[in-house]
Amino acid sequence: MYLPDDLTKLKKEYESWAGQNKVPREIIYTPLDLAGFDYEKQLGCPGQYPYTRGVYADMYRGQIWTMRQFSGFGTAADTNRRYKFLLKKGQTGLSVAFDLPTIMGYDSDHHRARGEVGRCGVAICSLRNMETLLAGIPLDKVSTSMTINAPAAILLSFYIAVGEKQGVAPGQLRGTIQNDILKEYSAQKSWIFPPKPSMRIITDIMEFCAQHVPKWNTISISGYHIREAGSTAVQELAFTLADGFAYVEAGIAAGMAVDSFAPRLSFFFNAHLNFFEEIAKYRAARRIWARRMKEKYQARDPRSWLLRFHTQTAGCTLTAQQPENNIIRTAYEALSAVLGGTQSLHTNSMDETLSLPTEHAVKVALRTQQIIAYESGVTSTVDPLGGSYYLEALTDKLEAGAEEYFLKIDQLGGVVPALEQGFFQREIANSAYHYQQEIDSKKRIVVGINEFVEKEEIPIETLKIAPSVEQKQIRELKKIKQGRDNLKVKKSLEQIRQAACGKDNLMPRFLDAVRCYTTLGEIIQVLKEEFGEYREPPTFW
Amino acid sequence: MTEKKRIRVLIAKPGLDGHDRGAKVIACALRDAGMEVIYSGLHQTAEMIVEAAIQEDVNVIGISILSGAHLTIFPEILNLMKKKKIKNVLLIGGGIIPDEDRTKLKKKGVGKLFGPGTPLQEIVEYIKTHAKLYQVT
Repeated sequence: MYLPDDLTKLKKEYESWAGQNKVPREIIYTPLDLAGFDYEKQLGCPGQYPYTRGVYADMYRGQIWTMRQFSGFGTAADTNRRYKFLLKKGQTGLSVAFDLPTIMGYDSDHHRARGEVGRCGVAICSLRNMETLLAGIPLDKVSTSMTINAPAAILLSFYIAVGEKQGVAPGQLRGTIQNDILKEYSAQKSWIFPPKPSMRIITDIMEFCAQHVPKWNTISISGYHIREAGSTAVQELAFTLADGFAYVEAGIAAGMAVDSFAPRLSFFFNAHLNFFEEIAKYRAARRIWARRMKEKYQARDPRSWLLRFHTQTAGCTLTAQQPENNIIRTAYEALSAVLGGTQSLHTNSMDETLSLPTEHAVKVALRTQQIIAYESGVTSTVDPLGGSYYLEALTDKLEAGAEEYFLKIDQLGGVVPALEQGFFQREIANSAYHYQQEIDSKKRIVVGINEFVEKEEIPIETLKIAPSVEQKQIRELKKIKQGRDNLKVKKSLEQIRQAACGKDNLMPRFLDAVRCYTTLGEIIQVLKEEFGEYREPPTFW
Repeated sequence: MTEKKRIRVLIAKPGLDGHDRGAKVIACALRDAGMEVIYSGLHQTAEMIVEAAIQEDVNVIGISILSGAHLTIFPEILNLMKKKKIKNVLLIGGGIIPDEDRTKLKKKGVGKLFGPGTPLQEIVEYIKTHAKLYQVT
């Protein structure tokens, strides 16, 4: 047994020589920090409510997380080759990175797409591009995540249509569309329509998939971009979960039973550098979600309580200086995601502050995951850090911090009104500025940036995107438009317009349209005419 | 009776990319260094940026670009600046721009392009030193 008085004395002694405590952390954690801790209530066993310790009882003993490298560049054929390379090297799922025109709903031949086609991801304008992207990849065997938001419904339609061509029924398809428009307004800023019609498209997708594509994750509620935009861990946790609750409320308001769609909501978090804080963040996220889903939203299906998540290591922690050091950063970040119980993982490549990754760099990143999975031994015990005084106290603290933000968001009238008042944007921008000031003043050390700097940088190989990609893509698009039944296309667009004006589910109309090679840009244009476009008031503080 | 004129800077985000962390951090740093900062907001075309620079009568245009479209965007802005006879404005940028592309853009007349990891103070100092050279008296 421990004597609380002795511990108090010990802690005081520690603090007296700890000097100024820069981080709001104790120097030592003891049972005093977990006074009144209730194992059943706070943790439960893995696979049991409130799932703090993990969503499955056996976790990685049962199945290793999905290794899913976010990937896409140039044309669909370029990216298809990269996918086959990654699958050959042991990747276990696909993750599609689209180029900016696709993300913003423009075809490659639009004047706003100039200079951006195939640069940050792969250009996908029509079903033909999607067929090429997935050629030779059996969609009944591989699960695919697509990082696409405003036009997610159309990219999902392309995917379903490719499945049909491969003879794979929608019910067999497995994967995720990011489809998280709320974080676009607050962080990543790739929106098209205003919040209200955007939320309507999302509830249409949730409803359609519940009936026809039941193994599909309809939203990947994302903290990743919030963190990359500069938020703290607590802000990432709070804003992401608040977005999640907003989707649940939207689904309920659209007349769906919570258990009909909630099991297909999944999450996406960032793995930043502060090792223990990140692990605590994932654990707190699971607990908060389970409690709210059960108690507030009255979900009865335990699958609705599970917070399943993908993790990507933090791009914003990588440095252009001494880029090989990024391998080490990524490894520690990935380890935190694994110790935090992630369901799938992307590890960044060392060269990603310079360009999209080369084959060599992405292979090292994938090998990093494989070393954690098969060499480190951390996968043999579920939630190995559970019960640590520090980690449990930190988990509680992150939860409390998130709860404070939930209150603030409620006071502002909910997520959408808070967005419209610029609350999230301001909070994130302030944290980002603060972070940069810490680096500049050396309160925060970044190896190779403000300490341990090398005078001469040794350049590494980077990936170049051929300038010919844009012209190639435009030529192909022209060919598609000439070769298709344009009367059918026109009719399909009219059907979409009618559904957009009314209340019919848009998904079947999108599917009809993409099957006859109506392009992404054509569909989005019709929706813009009916729904309008979102504009953000430009402020920086 | 000479009142020191404050440097006016337009921070602009061209193209379709929405990653505005860098643009906003720089905007705050320049503001705190005593400059007048106008932030364009997102998704700007070259035309919109040059028009804003004229309207706001700025000394410096700072472009934040991470999308890889820099070889398209910077020349477009330079051409428009030439067309509109804007000679006394410093055009600079920051983002992910490979060394060989920086050299190409520099030759065309773009000022310094700052890469990831640049201290804010370095950017402030650069603008203070170079904006004056371009300033109308």
